[in-house]
Amino acid sequence: MRKLIALSFLIAGSALAAPLLINGAGATFPFPLYSKWFGEYQKTHKDAQFNYQSIGSGGGIKQITARTVDFGASDAPMSDAEIAAAPGIMHIPTVLGAVAVVYNGLPAGLKLSPEALADLFLGKITKWNDARIAMLNPGMKLPDVAVTIAHRSDGSGTTAVFTDYLGKVSSEWKSKVGVGKAVKWPVGLGGKGNEGVTGLCKSTPGALGYVELAYASQNKLTMASLRNADGEFVAPSIASTSAAAAGVTLPADFRVSITNAKGKASYPISAFTYILLYKDQADAAKGRALTQFLWWATHEGQVVAGPLDYAPLPAAVVSKVETALRTIMVQGRSALAAN
Amino acid sequence: MLLPQTDRRHIGDRVFGIVLPVLGCALLAVALIIFFACAKLALPAIEKLGVLRLLTGSDWNPVEESFGALPFIYGTLVTSLVGIVLALPISVGLALFLTEMAPRQVRVVVAMLVQILAGIPSVVYGLWGLMVLVPLLRSTVEPALGRWLGFLPLFRGPPIGLGYLAAGIILAIMILPTIASVTVEVLRTMPQALREGALALGATPWEAIRLVVLPYARRGIFGAAILGLGRALGETMAVTMVIGNQPEIHASLFSPGYTLPSVIANEFAEATGAVHTGALAALALALFLVSLTLSGAARVLIRSRRLR
Amino acid sequence: MKMRVHSAVRRVVNWGMTGLCLTAVLMALMPLGSILWLVVSKGARSLSISFLTELPAAVGESGGGVGNAIVGTLYLVVLAGLLGLPLGVGAGVYLAERGAGRLGSAVRFTAEVLGSVPSIVVGVVAYGLVVATMHRFSALAGGLALGILMVPTLARATEEMVRLVPHTLREASLALGVPAWRTTLSIVLRTAWGGILNVALLGIARAAGETAPLLFTSLNNQYWNFRPDQPTASLTVQIFNYAISPYEDWQRKAWGSALVLLLLVGLLSLLAHFTRRRSAI
Repeated sequence: MRKLIALSFLIAGSALAAPLLINGAGATFPFPLYSKWFGEYQKTHKDAQFNYQSIGSGGGIKQITARTVDFGASDAPMSDAEIAAAPGIMHIPTVLGAVAVVYNGLPAGLKLSPEALADLFLGKITKWNDARIAMLNPGMKLPDVAVTIAHRSDGSGTTAVFTDYLGKVSSEWKSKVGVGKAVKWPVGLGGKGNEGVTGLCKSTPGALGYVELAYASQNKLTMASLRNADGEFVAPSIASTSAAAAGVTLPADFRVSITNAKGKASYPISAFTYILLYKDQADAAKGRALTQFLWWATHEGQVVAGPLDYAPLPAAVVSKVETALRTIMVQGRSALAAN
Repeated sequence: MLLPQTDRRHIGDRVFGIVLPVLGCALLAVALIIFFACAKLALPAIEKLGVLRLLTGSDWNPVEESFGALPFIYGTLVTSLVGIVLALPISVGLALFLTEMAPRQVRVVVAMLVQILAGIPSVVYGLWGLMVLVPLLRSTVEPALGRWLGFLPLFRGPPIGLGYLAAGIILAIMILPTIASVTVEVLRTMPQALREGALALGATPWEAIRLVVLPYARRGIFGAAILGLGRALGETMAVTMVIGNQPEIHASLFSPGYTLPSVIANEFAEATGAVHTGALAALALALFLVSLTLSGAARVLIRSRRLR
Repeated sequence: MKMRVHSAVRRVVNWGMTGLCLTAVLMALMPLGSILWLVVSKGARSLSISFLTELPAAVGESGGGVGNAIVGTLYLVVLAGLLGLPLGVGAGVYLAERGAGRLGSAVRFTAEVLGSVPSIVVGVVAYGLVVATMHRFSALAGGLALGILMVPTLARATEEMVRLVPHTLREASLALGVPAWRTTLSIVLRTAWGGILNVALLGIARAAGETAPLLFTSLNNQYWNFRPDQPTASLTVQIFNYAISPYEDWQRKAWGSALVLLLLVGLLSLLAHFTRRRSAI
């Protein structure tokens, strides 16, 4: 025992010279990509380690507001009230993603209208062979199986994006359930994180859930095509996500919703995902490392996005991000220039 | 030469006489710290919503900052009751087997195995529950229960696997060692002469148990069950992994639900705003007070048996 | 005739009830068998040197291990021991040596009921005390939570160990003119040392298996960490994350990590057993 203590202090001593550890927490939506990014970035930048915990966007916002982490991550932009609680917070979009509607136990190629989707999640459609689903999918053999809704149990940006969409297409959803990172679900199972919901959908026959595209495709879940604002049925993909972002003009603080976007090829539940950090970085070394990483992620890092089913940022957005990154300050100087 | 030594002895004893009670009081302080740390975090929610609304409201809606814990209290009670109902007969049977029937060697082995059962970490039970129990419930047990006992509202609805029943079964397995070992202790305190008297009067071993042993141990077993209940109420990880996480009240045991500890585990790290955090801390505070009460009551019951 | 039927019925009932008790034993041990078998058989498949020594791989990449989580769990229980052992053992010695009065009864009762406080509650407390004030998740917060959890059981068990020391030993020492405090330290505690060590090791084994109080205190970390003021990986949190994930590779790793955790807990318990047998009482 005594030796163990001595050993741990020895290691603790030597660890003081270890690389800078930058802690982040938040969205599970971009976690597969972030985890890849931090791994790749570490190979060429050995002096900085990024520890990212995917605890959900709600957690990301709470922890960056409480300053228990160096950066947060969220797919839902912070509300005005949340920003007021965290003065000086910035949103940096890193990539675009799609929220896929996934199901278990039915043939591939299911088509859903916004109304049917809302009715399913409101608990008004309880069986897969309901006439409202059969009408949209002529010729598909629909089983007499109960629909088991799977949703998030934690505060989630994916939920915020999904309910934002449902709120736009269904007034009943808007009044009964509402829009937010955590809502009062009328029916269903709760899973923790995109990981948890994907796990539920994968293991439960008759399940219907919503997860980030990367989780759906990596786990080979069947995804529904949704009827978009122009009346076309569109499946989630990188191309249909980029199409949704094409017509959008970003405000200076990047906070924007691109759900139910116009355009024939647009997937209706797409979103930017953000890293949240303070404009004035208290710790100079961490501030510089973080800013440099964000520059790398929004430039070189974008190449990695495609293979992992995230859509890269449009060029116009990247140039706006560059401007924003230049405004991050450490000790009164630009974090990028200070290097 | 003598004087300074007695002096030193006095000083040493006096220091000791201060340090030891301080260490004892530190333990009391730990209890107070737990209470006040929770209470401080809980205050914003208690101020905004009031204790009554927090405990009896059935609406848990972070968007509108409306927090009522009834679905969690219900889920906690239902899963714990299922756990006790399943665990109690099995533990008492196990305890009777260990004290009244088994030969020495068997007793030692079984007692050791029960010890191992008690030592398995909660998260491993959860892993097993998620990978083994839930699929089993979904594919076999719940459809069968629905077919045979479906006339009861308890066993209706689609077999999902995750839910009250899964959590209850996991809890039963987890509290079984607690109830069994306390029952064994209670049975051991019983004078051998009573048992032998019954046997000498021509009672079969079972009659000796039914007429002498069980009546003697009744209060102790009740205490053991309450101790098990206390453990079940606070169990977090294994339940969180199989309960289904839905803050609703359902009559059917097949339905997904939620418990007090699981909602804290899932939401505490991400609760935005002092009211949401406060509501969760209030639940923790309630859990703390309930577990103190139950455990205190159980001790009194178990001990009163011993003194009589 | 009637007598004989009656006694036959009584005998059948006796057998039946014995059979039921035996069934209860089997029902109690069945889950244990299933859990142990699956953890060992499934866990062994992912066990390897790299699994024990490497950092976790990125999502979707094969390979990688839980080395940092193993070290993290050890680090957390050492911190917990540093915080919890002095307090728990000290309170136990107090109860045994000076705990006869009303204060002693209060402390004893508190120790008994605190032993059943849900671990998640202590997690909330450590969050409020450490994470919220230091503005970061840290190994220290996790260690504090585990340390607090250890104290009550430790105090009660230490008291029992100290009480086991024969009175004659203590009286002999006092009769030789050794002051009471030195008698306690060098006679009573030295005799009870093996038992106390046993109790401490069991407490540490139990702490190593805790998950709930770590979720929002030590959080997690995908790197090595030896600093008390930084988040730390732990086997239990890692098992939780892997278990609820959809990736088959991660689920395999959950079983592997569970095997490592069980081995660790088992080893500590075995060590405890060994110290108890070697001790004087």
